[in-house]
Amino acid sequence: MKTSVKNIIEPGTHFITGNEACALGAIVAGCRYFAFYPITPANEIAEHMSTLLPKVGGVYMQMEDEISSIASVIGSSWAGRKSMTATSGPGFSLMQENIGYAVMTETPCVIVDVQRSGPSTGTPPLPMQGDVYQARHGSHGEYEIVALAPSSARDMFLLTIEAFNLSEAYRIPAIVLSDALVGHMTESVEIPDPSTITIIERMKPKEPPEECRPFLSEDVAPMPVFGSGYRVHVTASTHDEKGFRNVENPIFVDNLVRKICMKIRKHRNEIVNVETKYLEDAEVALLAYGSVARSALHVVKWAREEGLKVGYVRLITLWPFPDEVIRDVARKVNKIMVLENNMGQIVNEVARVVGGEAEVKFLPPRILGTIHEPSYTMEKLKEVYK
Amino acid sequence: MHLKSASPRIVISEELCKGCGICIALCPMKVLDRSDKLSSRGVYPPVSVNGNKCTACRICQHYCPDLAIYIVTEEKN
Amino acid sequence: MSEAYQHPLMKYVRKGALRQPHCSGCGNGIIAQCMLRAIDELGSDMGKMAFVSGIGCSSWIPSPFFNVDMLHTTHGRPLAFATGVKLGNPELRVVVFTGDGDGAAIGGNHLIHASRRNIEILAVLVNNRIYGMTGGQVSPTTPHGMKTTTTPYGNLEHPFDLSKLVEAAGASYVARWTTFHVKQLVSSMKKGLLKEGFAFIEVVTPCPVQYGRYTGIKDPVESLLMLKKLSVPLSKAKSMSEAELEGRIVIGEFVDRDVVGLTKAYRQLLAEVGA
Repeated sequence: MKTSVKNIIEPGTHFITGNEACALGAIVAGCRYFAFYPITPANEIAEHMSTLLPKVGGVYMQMEDEISSIASVIGSSWAGRKSMTATSGPGFSLMQENIGYAVMTETPCVIVDVQRSGPSTGTPPLPMQGDVYQARHGSHGEYEIVALAPSSARDMFLLTIEAFNLSEAYRIPAIVLSDALVGHMTESVEIPDPSTITIIERMKPKEPPEECRPFLSEDVAPMPVFGSGYRVHVTASTHDEKGFRNVENPIFVDNLVRKICMKIRKHRNEIVNVETKYLEDAEVALLAYGSVARSALHVVKWAREEGLKVGYVRLITLWPFPDEVIRDVARKVNKIMVLENNMGQIVNEVARVVGGEAEVKFLPPRILGTIHEPSYTMEKLKEVYK
Repeated sequence: MHLKSASPRIVISEELCKGCGICIALCPMKVLDRSDKLSSRGVYPPVSVNGNKCTACRICQHYCPDLAIYIVTEEKN
Repeated sequence: MSEAYQHPLMKYVRKGALRQPHCSGCGNGIIAQCMLRAIDELGSDMGKMAFVSGIGCSSWIPSPFFNVDMLHTTHGRPLAFATGVKLGNPELRVVVFTGDGDGAAIGGNHLIHASRRNIEILAVLVNNRIYGMTGGQVSPTTPHGMKTTTTPYGNLEHPFDLSKLVEAAGASYVARWTTFHVKQLVSSMKKGLLKEGFAFIEVVTPCPVQYGRYTGIKDPVESLLMLKKLSVPLSKAKSMSEAELEGRIVIGEFVDRDVVGLTKAYRQLLAEVGA
């Protein structure tokens, strides 16, 4: 890490919002291009980036809409910079076509979606977890994606870095699926010494241009950035390993779609991250992610004090879904209660992998647009626990 | 004795030519005409019929949408 | 391709991509050649350039034909992607190829803002006055009254004057030519490549297949000569009435000014901030 970064972000305890922590994490990860269109509740990320980026030689661009924001992020990534954008639901919807472009062209980039109550305009400053399916399949066509769910301001810092690392390692767009509560909450964040944080850079080609295959590797292809002499042809039409279009033969479609998907599926176990506590003797597990997980953990501890054998599962990776980890949890417990601030999205994935191993229950908050009140959850938990 | 320099050489690619006819129509010296032989691409490419009239103005070369014709002179390609 | 065929511009073209996909007589190939001639005459290093295109026939001018770093993007968005490329590596000379649908319909907003930002990009907008690739639908530059696949009763709308639009939005260099005016086009492209600001060149081109279907002028030579006939130089147009200019194509250089470009302004900011 450059020493200039150290001067900007002093290691130690900072009392900051999730959005500010996200901006700091991006800078530490090496982000040097950020494009944005104003939208609540993501604006503070942009405000911090616009102040910090020029200090490290980076570029802040306010584009004319969310579509051009993600487009310029992809362009900048091919010019060689780690690039990021941030938005909320309505902007996330607009970005989907170009997120698909980033998947198709294997362009590393990070998209932060600070989810708000929807659908449509909804209520900007209130949190919801309504974009989970959209993160998975918001763009048309068949593909895989990576989405991380921060639960705290500290997570916003660390998971933004993780998103950059995953995007560079696998040449994919990585989504940070935050929400208005996590983005706007102010809490203590331990910023570690940046030199202790692992930063991953995209692989450069070693072979000469004639031999370089910049796409659709059996694993992950090297990325020849513009101006490095490779004259790379980047297209979102169906293409071959050299990046040249072939839209005549379905064999090319088959090769491309399988490789794009398998790139993530093959590495699922390295990518997924799940936090579990109190599972050894648990009979019921509370499963949650994002801001809701804070409330869930509080209930689990309270339940344990009352003698209930309750475990805690926090999904940090939403996509790819951590199939095997959740299947393991289902073997240990009798019931899994999934808490989400929506009408049931990730719960369907849980039910899919669990099969008949455990009973799966779904609990939205008493009032959608807020996170679960512990007393409400406790009351519902006790009904399930019997 | 005055030595006359060789006429410019007109090079045509039947593989690239799509038979649009622009070079034939625009040549100010009427050097080119349509071949009566169908090319492998199913079109009638140009042929030089008045090669000695060519002044190497390169209108044919510069207007060809397919880079299918160029002029070679002694000084430059 | 025969070894003996050594077209002087072949060195700028990808091996195996020599056969361009455009229809016979399409102006795209003429514009492609003009671009390569401009690069050749300037002695530019294509290795230090990046081309960006959208979706449509004209987006296939540089892709995959030109042997260059190429970003073939989503419909309407090449200017937005190109903005990122240029800001990401300001050392690259960035050129955008777009069309009347790609650049002025779905991409209209990005055209306006790229002009306003005065970002150091050359944008070549190929105007065939129709949506060619999708079969001949009306576009924002289709003449009033014209029949197309989606205006079977005649176009009720009036076309953009793109050069005026881009000039008002703030571009540093604005020109319009047709594919008949190759000499002027090459000259404008050279100016545009060197311009330290947003350079916009609109090139009106024949579309013998789709546009020609509706005008009845399907022959490539006739379509090209029709553009020559319809063209009016700016100097002459200034003294003509609106009625006299109806249906005509005003050609020339409309704007050529020097205003600090965005990447230069950003460089100055970085120096001030002490990056």
